[in-house]
Amino acid sequence: MAPSVIPTSVNPDIQKERDAASFSSEEFAAWWSGGEEKLKFNRDVREYLQKDMDVEEVQQLHNKSHEEIYEASSKWAILAAKKLQRLQKERNPGGNDYWPTLYDNQVMWGLIPGGNPFGVMYVMLVKALQAQCTPEQYEEFGKRIENFEVCGTYAQTELGHGTYLRGLETRADFDQNTDEFVLNTPKISSYKWWPGGLGHSSNHCMLMAQLYIDNKPKGPHMFYVQVRDEESHEPLPGIHIGDIGKKMGFIGVNNGFLGLKNVRIPRTRMLMRHAQVNADGSYVSSPANVLTYFAMVRTRCVIAWNNAVMLAIGATIATRYSAVRRQSPINPKEPEPQIMDHVTQQMKLFPEIATSVAYRLASAHLWNLYDITLGDISNGKYERLPELHSLSCALKVNCSSDSTIGVERLRLACGGHGYLSSSNMCHVYVNATAACTYEGENTVLLLQIGRFLMKSWRAALSGAPLAPTVRYLAEVQKKPEFGSWTGTWENMVHAMQFAAAKKTALAFKSLSNRLSRGETEETAANHTGIELAQAAELHGRAFVFSSFADEVTGPKAKTRSAALNRVLENLLELYVVKESLNHMANFLRFINLTDTDLTRLQDRLETVLTKLRPDAVAIVDGFDFSDVQLNSTLGSFDGNAYERIFDAAMKNPMNQKSVPKSFHEHLKPFMKSNI
Amino acid sequence: MPSQEVNPDLLKERHTATFDPHEFAVFWAGGEERYKEKKSLEKMFLEDPALKDDLPISYLSHKELYEHSLRKACIIGEKIRKLRAEGEDGVDTYNALLGGSLGAAILKEGNPLTLHYVMFVPTIMGQGTMDQQVEWLSKAWDCEIIGTYAQTELGHGTFLRGLETRADYDARTQEFVINTPSLSAYKWWPGGLGHTANHAVVVAQLYTKGEFRGLAPFIVQLRHSDTHEPLPGIDIGDIGTKLGMKSVNNGYLGLKNVRVPLNNMLMKNQQVLPDGTYVAPKNSVLTYGTMMFVRCALIRDTAQSLAKASTIATRYSAVRRQSPIDPNQPEPQIMDHTTQQLKLFPQIAKSIVFKTTGDGIWNMYNVLSGEIEQGNLDRLPEMHALSCCLKAICSADAAAGVETCRLSCGGHGYMDCSNFPTIYGMTTAVCTYEGENTVMLLQTARYLVKVYGQALNGEKLVPTVAYINDALKERQFVNFDGSLESIVKAFQFVAANKIRIAYEQIEQRRRQGHSTEMAANLSGTFLTAAADLHGRAFLAESAYTELLAVSRQVSPALADVLKVVLELYLVDACLNRIGDFLRFIDITDKDVTTLEIRLQNCLKQLRPNAVTLVDSFDLHDRVLDSVLGAYDGNVYERIFESTKKNPLNKEPVNEAFHKYLKPFMKAHL
Repeated sequence: MAPSVIPTSVNPDIQKERDAASFSSEEFAAWWSGGEEKLKFNRDVREYLQKDMDVEEVQQLHNKSHEEIYEASSKWAILAAKKLQRLQKERNPGGNDYWPTLYDNQVMWGLIPGGNPFGVMYVMLVKALQAQCTPEQYEEFGKRIENFEVCGTYAQTELGHGTYLRGLETRADFDQNTDEFVLNTPKISSYKWWPGGLGHSSNHCMLMAQLYIDNKPKGPHMFYVQVRDEESHEPLPGIHIGDIGKKMGFIGVNNGFLGLKNVRIPRTRMLMRHAQVNADGSYVSSPANVLTYFAMVRTRCVIAWNNAVMLAIGATIATRYSAVRRQSPINPKEPEPQIMDHVTQQMKLFPEIATSVAYRLASAHLWNLYDITLGDISNGKYERLPELHSLSCALKVNCSSDSTIGVERLRLACGGHGYLSSSNMCHVYVNATAACTYEGENTVLLLQIGRFLMKSWRAALSGAPLAPTVRYLAEVQKKPEFGSWTGTWENMVHAMQFAAAKKTALAFKSLSNRLSRGETEETAANHTGIELAQAAELHGRAFVFSSFADEVTGPKAKTRSAALNRVLENLLELYVVKESLNHMANFLRFINLTDTDLTRLQDRLETVLTKLRPDAVAIVDGFDFSDVQLNSTLGSFDGNAYERIFDAAMKNPMNQKSVPKSFHEHLKPFMKSNI
Repeated sequence: MPSQEVNPDLLKERHTATFDPHEFAVFWAGGEERYKEKKSLEKMFLEDPALKDDLPISYLSHKELYEHSLRKACIIGEKIRKLRAEGEDGVDTYNALLGGSLGAAILKEGNPLTLHYVMFVPTIMGQGTMDQQVEWLSKAWDCEIIGTYAQTELGHGTFLRGLETRADYDARTQEFVINTPSLSAYKWWPGGLGHTANHAVVVAQLYTKGEFRGLAPFIVQLRHSDTHEPLPGIDIGDIGTKLGMKSVNNGYLGLKNVRVPLNNMLMKNQQVLPDGTYVAPKNSVLTYGTMMFVRCALIRDTAQSLAKASTIATRYSAVRRQSPIDPNQPEPQIMDHTTQQLKLFPQIAKSIVFKTTGDGIWNMYNVLSGEIEQGNLDRLPEMHALSCCLKAICSADAAAGVETCRLSCGGHGYMDCSNFPTIYGMTTAVCTYEGENTVMLLQTARYLVKVYGQALNGEKLVPTVAYINDALKERQFVNFDGSLESIVKAFQFVAANKIRIAYEQIEQRRRQGHSTEMAANLSGTFLTAAADLHGRAFLAESAYTELLAVSRQVSPALADVLKVVLELYLVDACLNRIGDFLRFIDITDKDVTTLEIRLQNCLKQLRPNAVTLVDSFDLHDRVLDSVLGAYDGNVYERIFESTKKNPLNKEPVNEAFHKYLKPFMKAHL
């Protein structure tokens, strides 16, 4: 093979950017990672995992067939598991800080770019088993999963039902005679569908099914089921299992389907930490299962966090590319500028950098509240649960949908080259957008939040105290005028809350009107769906606003250098200004803003874009992604974009022979047939 | 196989419709005759067993996919020969076969021969002299040679003057010497260039007598006509996998001292004489023509993509039942959820509006190209400005609309067998090809700012921007009464104000001492916003006039439906830009609430006709190629069925288990 065309030097345009930055990317990176030690730890583990990996093979992923992709993904996933286990043994034997803790951590990103077929096992299954098993059960089969002696997944979603759990059709009938459950998926639509790794990578699964005792429904419960033989891996009798097929993304995770026909499992394979079925068929229902419910709060925090990081990946790639790509002279007498000098390009890049930071901070803030509330719960205090649940839904919805749109905007900012697989932009997109539908479809979640807001609004009207993060609703009820618009950050945070409260008020009014016209509560809620969803969205945005402002202007500022604080202030300024402009309709509708105020906001937008311009590359450097994590010809640290695009094309299997066999088989006969 | 019975929920929808889908389908196809042509083409191409896939192509490797696609492309080529021989190969036939409808039913990830037909041949026709056409065209039509059009480079796209490939004329041998002097000069992206074409029109910077002359097209033979081996000096191959259009065989091309005869430069517009004398084109604007032609065609393509996506999502939403609205009732069709309606119905309305607008623009283009032939170039800038911003808006809205439809199908939309990923890949590509969208908006804006200056000087403007004159006369918008006409007028008023602000921004920056170019760059976001509103105002007006015109020609039942579609389109468009409306027009909170209620009413009114509306788009199941969107609505059965074709499911235990998983798990014991 010809020698690589990729220079060993850094592209001078990108070097110039780094030299001219007003702050230290290293300080940013430490702040972003949660401290210098954390940063060092991350880099260290990352390096260990990436060392001696076959980067070239990984880069061939998208040239492979579906089957080959699965095989490669299994191989890489197991390699990584081995490495983490080795690290654990070497550095902290008996602990779990490396294995399995890091198996679903960001340090893994880039190692298995098609997704990890064993991901669900550690992201969900182990935790779910810990939460749902009795100690004996966990000892008996949970531990084996934890140690990867067997492999499993979490099977809940069905072909016919997803977010609406009560509609699930898989059933588990208790047979008292044999002390067993009989599992069935009575229809095609009851087949389990989607669980990651279910296709060919699991010999067990945690199964959600409707429990029936004497044909009486007891609601959805969890069961632990073996689906394949541990030795031969053949499906067990009554089990119909396989891969659901190619998808937009997560092409390596082996999402599967599962049909069950009179599959019998011992009674003790129902997870009985909360609800129990006794041998005599008596049923002990679960006490209000707040913990399960609360686990979702955490999952949604993780999703928001991860999607914020995906947006940061997109921003890193597009920003670096925009520093090395030169196009279209601004002044016809001058040479072509870096495309980042075009203001319209800045408007595509920098707001996404700010959005990524905003959501990372908001997820961190919520995570913090989660930990506090976890403490409260163990003291028997449950008050903040509904509030946190709503907030986590709102954050998940807004972050997944904004990051999806943002990543796509960034891809398009790379022009046609963003369409290349080797740019990785399209793969970041498909990963980001998946979060819009998994773990609670976004619209369904918005409607849940909307209902919570209606409840809170009603409570406030009756004078009942509100939870802290919705207290602004009561304030707006008391003081229905915004007051004066000053355009300070504080004032703008207030404006977003005010708009959210006003939207809530409007939705409440529509709902009340419909109720007074005689519609049932449910029908009225459906008809008010659009307004409920809009209010819910703004509720989430208000939280992101205040989290961002708190971090930047709060006491933590003292722990950072003035230079870094200036950059963060610029990002905050950009975020609140562009969001306010994006939601101008809501502001103008409820707040008395003049045309001058608007022009001033627009000026502020442009001013802050200009201020961020010299620091843009250094900021994305501060996100601290390795080239393996970015996996992009356009976004590598050295900025040699064209050489890398070229190099990737040369390695395309199609280019290993100058004439493809299909020429002789099809094209030549076709061309010659007419002569 | 799935049962042939139609899903009862879908059947019920079809029974409750208030209009005749056939009537709409005929209108949509462009009249009875077109409708019949369409059906006969479908028969000819879709019933040929050689053009059906046993294995869904998403399971293939990149290389296998190319081989598979080339085979089918050659069969299509054979049929085109036959159609040509019978004189049945009109523009619409090529559009259908090589574009997103029928073409996508056969080769959903694109056809490596498409550029041969839609760019190589037309470029020779448009830019070759008579002699050159005689020399090349019949060979090209008969596919004795296969060509492509190589313009975009690794380092340059929309900004043509930046292209680096150069052609130096050597008067001694009467040849051009063509070179790609750097890596970034490599031709990059042309469809079919990788391993399919043996010729290309290569666009290069022309130098004669040591002087730079501008861009010129050259016919270059790339591969040997028998062996298909690349000719000396030619470095050629496939650029790799992409988000979509996966089987187009987009290629790269490096040229090193490749010599082509003088006569291989296409010389209809400009000439190089044997001694190297350069004869410049009479009119440089002529090249605009092709670009406008393509952009106008793209607007119609975006309508087609949206029609496909909304058909799939609407049918699925009639079949899928989820989440009771009332806990005592069974689960409703998800289309009964108001929030779902808001995802679907505006996309249906946009499909219709983009289609009628696209047809209108197409007619305008044809009138205009007649005028150009006669040397009348007056309306060229106006048309250019319009086609640029409409291309940008329609492609961006269509891409977003396809995604909205996909997401409205929940997780199942994420499966390849839903066909959404492919439709999206196809649609979003339009945002960057044939002129990157932001660049397009800036070009439109440049025109708008210019005519705004003229309007300030009291000049009367051409029809599509005449609203600027009106807005300058009436500084205030009076009487927003919410009528459709008033929404259209309000759109124009808002657009005029956006243009005013962009104009003032540039002027202000010039006063501050910036050059005009720098002032325009600094005002970039104002400019794109102005162009966006201009395009949307045009769409609003076009929707209003075209749909009302159609309504007068069709049955009252269909007319009633079209009026609801129109109202939905306008109210939705208005609410999406309500911030701008509130800024420039004196509308109250109550007006906004009224608009919101109207939106909900439109959704409600369309609900019973939604399935029949998408049925009327008359998209063949093979065109949709979606387990979620088939005419019979047997969604779950089709999803289930699709897993049987998955190669991973051929064996119960995959090799990876023995190779990786088992040894690893057992290592612990």
